[in-house]
Amino acid sequence: MTSPTAINIHRLKRLPGWTIKQLALILLSLLTLFPLYFMATNSFKMREEFFKNLLGLPQTPVFENFTKILQHPNLGRWFANSILLTVGSVILCTVIAILAAYAFAQMRFPGRDTLFNLITPLMVIPPIVMVIPMFVLFRQFHLVNNLGGPLIIYAGLMLPFTIYLLRNFFVTIPREIQEAALMDGCTGFQILTKIYLPLSRPALVTSIIVNAVWVWNELLIALVFLQTEELRTLIVGITTSLQKRFTLDVPSLMAGLTVATLPMIILYIVGQNTLVRGLVAGYEK
Amino acid sequence: MNRSFQSKLTPYLYLSPAILLIILVFVYPVIDLFRRSLTRVANGVTTWTGLVAYQNALQDPIFWTSFTNNLRLFISVPILVLLSLVFSSLIFERIRGWRFYRSLVFIPYVLAIPVVGIVFSYILQANGVFNLILRSVGLEALRREWLGSSATAIWAIMFVVIWKELGFGIVLFLARMSSISEELFDAAKLDGAGWWQQMIYVTIPQMTTVIEFYIIVNMITMLSWVFAYVLVMTKGGPGNSTWVLEYFIYQKAFPYSQMQIASAAAVLLLIFAMILMFLQARLRRQVEGVEI
Repeated sequence: MTSPTAINIHRLKRLPGWTIKQLALILLSLLTLFPLYFMATNSFKMREEFFKNLLGLPQTPVFENFTKILQHPNLGRWFANSILLTVGSVILCTVIAILAAYAFAQMRFPGRDTLFNLITPLMVIPPIVMVIPMFVLFRQFHLVNNLGGPLIIYAGLMLPFTIYLLRNFFVTIPREIQEAALMDGCTGFQILTKIYLPLSRPALVTSIIVNAVWVWNELLIALVFLQTEELRTLIVGITTSLQKRFTLDVPSLMAGLTVATLPMIILYIVGQNTLVRGLVAGYEK
Repeated sequence: MNRSFQSKLTPYLYLSPAILLIILVFVYPVIDLFRRSLTRVANGVTTWTGLVAYQNALQDPIFWTSFTNNLRLFISVPILVLLSLVFSSLIFERIRGWRFYRSLVFIPYVLAIPVVGIVFSYILQANGVFNLILRSVGLEALRREWLGSSATAIWAIMFVVIWKELGFGIVLFLARMSSISEELFDAAKLDGAGWWQQMIYVTIPQMTTVIEFYIIVNMITMLSWVFAYVLVMTKGGPGNSTWVLEYFIYQKAFPYSQMQIASAAAVLLLIFAMILMFLQARLRRQVEGVEI
């Protein structure tokens, strides 16, 4: 007698190769989506149902968990803090990186390549290494428990990657365009704003999305530098306060996680194509 | 003002905000960290202590537990390479729905580690979904509290790291594959090479530099970017079984206020990272030489 598994394997062998390949990819997709499915479906269940029905769709979807989460006294503030930190640090970093990348890509000056080659490897320095000295320094300048502190650190930490990505894009812009603009009487700064920036949209979009995702999701620095309940970012608030408060109320916790994740999923859906292409280009070149 | 002087100064003008910020966020902390690891401040008096803090760190068994755990996480690197290779070549074959798969596998990349960590900690609980699935396929004997037992906790964390990191590898390899000349595959097919043979004799040899690059990037991740997973999923526990170097430094610096030992450990971590960085820089130069 053959066991059911043996029959399955036998059948699989006779199937054309693409079926096995499809099955492998479907399995990978299920594995990728499962945690999201778990998070989303359980945030619509009642507590009692959660224990009885871990895997299935909610029998009677309820929005109670979301109302409970949205009524949390600090949620609005956390959300505002995250938005402020993300937008502020990404703008600061992007502006500074554009100026530096332009100099690296288009100007000739002594030490240019050495300097550029010193900046790029900074990407791999572990952030925890910077945390102790920055914490002591920022405490003296009242930048601990102040959104300005992490804003500066985030902008700085993102800088090497952003300069690297933008500079590599800027060098692909033909020099002739620049020369033509000079003939027309454009200044260096006008060339940057009128020619380079419009032409560099894909690289700018990529770096902005990558950086925004990183800041929004960051834990360590936000945890160390923003220690009061009102100053937390959404991710830190949800993982520290909500995780403790709702240990027994998993559906509400899942609703909180869903709320915190939604902006990034939306950002991904909107910028997906540019992001994937630009990011890979940034790493491989 | 002299015009040529002005134009000589211009590049530095454009660079100065970046340089200032880099000095503040990278250069100053690294120098300060070295100083801090070699001196002790008590009652406002700074005393030179030499390498005592390094000795203390290196004699702390938990330091070695932490370091060992980072090394254990390195095991995920070959797994990630293998899985990325297999799945990227499946998608590369333009299998039905490949665009859908390509955008789907990348989703974990945009999710926050804390969110992923919490969701998985419920999935991996004693009465969680994972054990439920094990029971339903007749593997009840394997049931356990995956994050709650010191034998499995670090491996459970590793599984979650792989889940989060795989998408980037697939997309990276996919991009490199798209630039391999079609003729190479056609020639292999004419010679009667099957899927695995094409993989071993055509795909992999063409991709060595990008694979090496991906290996280094992941080693750096396993050394310097796993703090959030540990904090959210196990808080280092059970016992100290899932401490990693970042967690060791964080614990020593903040809850324990042993800044000097924390600084020494941070310098040691920096040295490990620099060794990897050096390897990466060398590989990057090679990668740049090749058209990807």
